[in-house]
Amino acid sequence: MIKTHGLTKRYGRTLAVDGVDLDVRPGDRYGFLGPNGSGKTTMVRMLLGLVYATSGEIEVLGEPVPRRVHRVLPRIGALVEGPAAYPHLSGRRNLKLLDAAGPGGPRRTRKSRVEDALAAVGLSGVDSRPVRAYSLGMRQRLGLASALLRKPELLILDEPTNGLDPRGIHEIRDLLIQLNEAGTTVFLSSHLLAEVEQLCTRVGVVDKGKLVLQDELTAVRTPTGRVLVDSPDPAAAVALLDGRLEHRDGSRLVVRHDDPAALNAQLVGGGVRVAGITEQRRTLEEVVLEVTTSSADRIDGASRPGAAP
Amino acid sequence: MIGVELRKLMLRPRNWLTLLLLCLLPFIVAVFLSVSQLAPPPGQGGAFLSAVLSNGELYPAAALAMVLPIFLPLSVAVTAGDSIAGEAGTGTLRYLLIRPVGRVRLLIAKLVALAVFVVVAIVLVAVTALITGVTLFGGGAEAVGQPGAVTSLSGAALSSDDLALRLLAAIGYIVVSMLGFGVIALFASTFTESSLGAALIALAVLITSSVLETLDAATPVKPYLPTHYWLAWIDFFRDPVFWRSIDSGLLLQAGYIVVLFAASWANFATKDITS
Repeated sequence: MIKTHGLTKRYGRTLAVDGVDLDVRPGDRYGFLGPNGSGKTTMVRMLLGLVYATSGEIEVLGEPVPRRVHRVLPRIGALVEGPAAYPHLSGRRNLKLLDAAGPGGPRRTRKSRVEDALAAVGLSGVDSRPVRAYSLGMRQRLGLASALLRKPELLILDEPTNGLDPRGIHEIRDLLIQLNEAGTTVFLSSHLLAEVEQLCTRVGVVDKGKLVLQDELTAVRTPTGRVLVDSPDPAAAVALLDGRLEHRDGSRLVVRHDDPAALNAQLVGGGVRVAGITEQRRTLEEVVLEVTTSSADRIDGASRPGAAP
Repeated sequence: MIGVELRKLMLRPRNWLTLLLLCLLPFIVAVFLSVSQLAPPPGQGGAFLSAVLSNGELYPAAALAMVLPIFLPLSVAVTAGDSIAGEAGTGTLRYLLIRPVGRVRLLIAKLVALAVFVVVAIVLVAVTALITGVTLFGGGAEAVGQPGAVTSLSGAALSSDDLALRLLAAIGYIVVSMLGFGVIALFASTFTESSLGAALIALAVLITSSVLETLDAATPVKPYLPTHYWLAWIDFFRDPVFWRSIDSGLLLQAGYIVVLFAASWANFATKDITS
C-alpha cells in the first residue's frame, strides 16, 4: 500500500525526515506515532505529493510518487494537519465544490455522495450555516467527510480526532474500524498513544525524522514476565506464591511468572479463588518512551557548567 | 475546475461588495454633476467629464477614466492576490491539490476566474454608467439644446453606433491592461500564504510604476512600465483612432501576462506546499 525507501527531506539545514523505510500493507490499520515535530506531517505531505522529497523513493498503491501521484490521489482520502474549508460557505457547499473540483463521479450523483459522506461522520442534519460558525469538532468531522467523499481504498489521516470530545473520538474510531473491515487501509498519524493503541494493528514510531520502530502492535507489546492476579484471598495467595510476589495492592498482586495459565492452575489447586488473571504486557507508552528521545517542542537551556547533574 | 473557480468567485460576498463600490463611484460623481450642472472646463478634471453634460452616452468612458487609475487596479490586486495565497491561508489549497487538481490546472483556472472578474467589473461599471449618464444627462438626439452627436477628442462628430463600438474596444483594452497587472498579483500570490501580502506587492509595483512615470530620469524604462500605456484607451475616441500607443500597450501587457504566468507556473509547480 505504502512503501518508502530511504525517504529523506531536508528544509535548509534541518533534516525533517531522515532515511525512512515505511511499509504499510493492504488491510493494515497503521499507526504512525511520534512526538510533536518529529516529521510526521512532512512525511504525510510527501506521501501525497504536496512536499517533494530531497532523496529516496515513495510508492503508494503501487505507483511512484510524486511522478504518478495524479493516478494515486483519486484512490486516497486524506486529512492533513487539520481540516480546512471556505469559512463563508456551508459544509455541504464546501463538499460539493471539492467534489466538483476533481476527476471522477458524475454530477448527477454528487448530492448523494455528499450526503453519504456527511452521514458517515454524523453531520447529516447539519444546516446551511457557514463553516465559520462550526465548532472545532464539527470542522474535524467535515474534514473526515471530505476524506471519505470518494470512498477511498487508502485513508491517510493526520491527527483525525483532534478537537473531538470523548464520544466523538469513540464514534470516529468505530467508523475507522468499520471502514477497515470493509477493506479500506487506514494510515493514521498521531502523537496520541491511546488512540493508536486502541485502533491500530501495526505501528511505526518516528523520532527526530528517523523511523525507530515498525512492527505489529502485539509484537511490540512484549510480555514483561509478570502476571497480574486479582484474588479475594490475597493472604492465602501470597503464602502459596512464596517469594515470587513482586507487589501487592489490596487484592491485586503482581507475580513474577511467565505463564498465566500455569499460575492459575497452581493457585486454584492450592485452594485460592482467582477473580482475574492476566499477563502483563509492556504498554505502548513504555515502548515509545524507550525508543524516542525528548519531545521536539521542549527547549531546554544550555546546561550550566558546575550545575548539579 | 474553471467552473468551480467561477462558482467560488460568485459565492464570495466580498467580490459583490467590490463590484458595488466600483459602480458607486461614477454614480456619485454623476449625481453631483447633474445637480450642480458644473462640468470641469475642457482640458481639466477627469477625461470626458467636460463633455458628459451635453451627452450622457459618453459617461461610461468618463466612468472608466475615474476607476482606472486606482480603484480598479486595487480591486484586481486584491482578487488576484487572493487566488493562491488565499487558498493557502485557509488551508484549502492542500485539499484541492490532493483532490487531485493539477497545479497547472489550478493556476489556469485562477487566471480565467480573474479574467472573468475583470470583464464583469469593467462591463458593469460601463453599463451602470451608461444608464446613469443617459438618465441624468440625456443621451444622443434627446440632449436638449445640444447637437445630437458626440464630438470626438479630435473634433469630428461621432454617431451613437460609432461611439458604442469605440467604447467596446476601450473596454477590451482596459481588460487586457488589468490582466497584465493582475498577473503581477497572481505571481506574488504563489509565493506567500497572505493574500494581503500578495495584493500589497502588486500595489507597490503599481505605485512605483506611477511614480517613475512622472520622472524624467526614468525615461529609458518608461515604455516597459506596466502602467505606461494604461491611458492609451482614450485614443479610441480620437478620429481617426490613434493606434500606435494602443498596439504598444497590447504588446506590453501580453508580454507581462506570458512572462509572469510562466514564472508563476514555474514557482507553483515545483513548490513544497507546507500551508
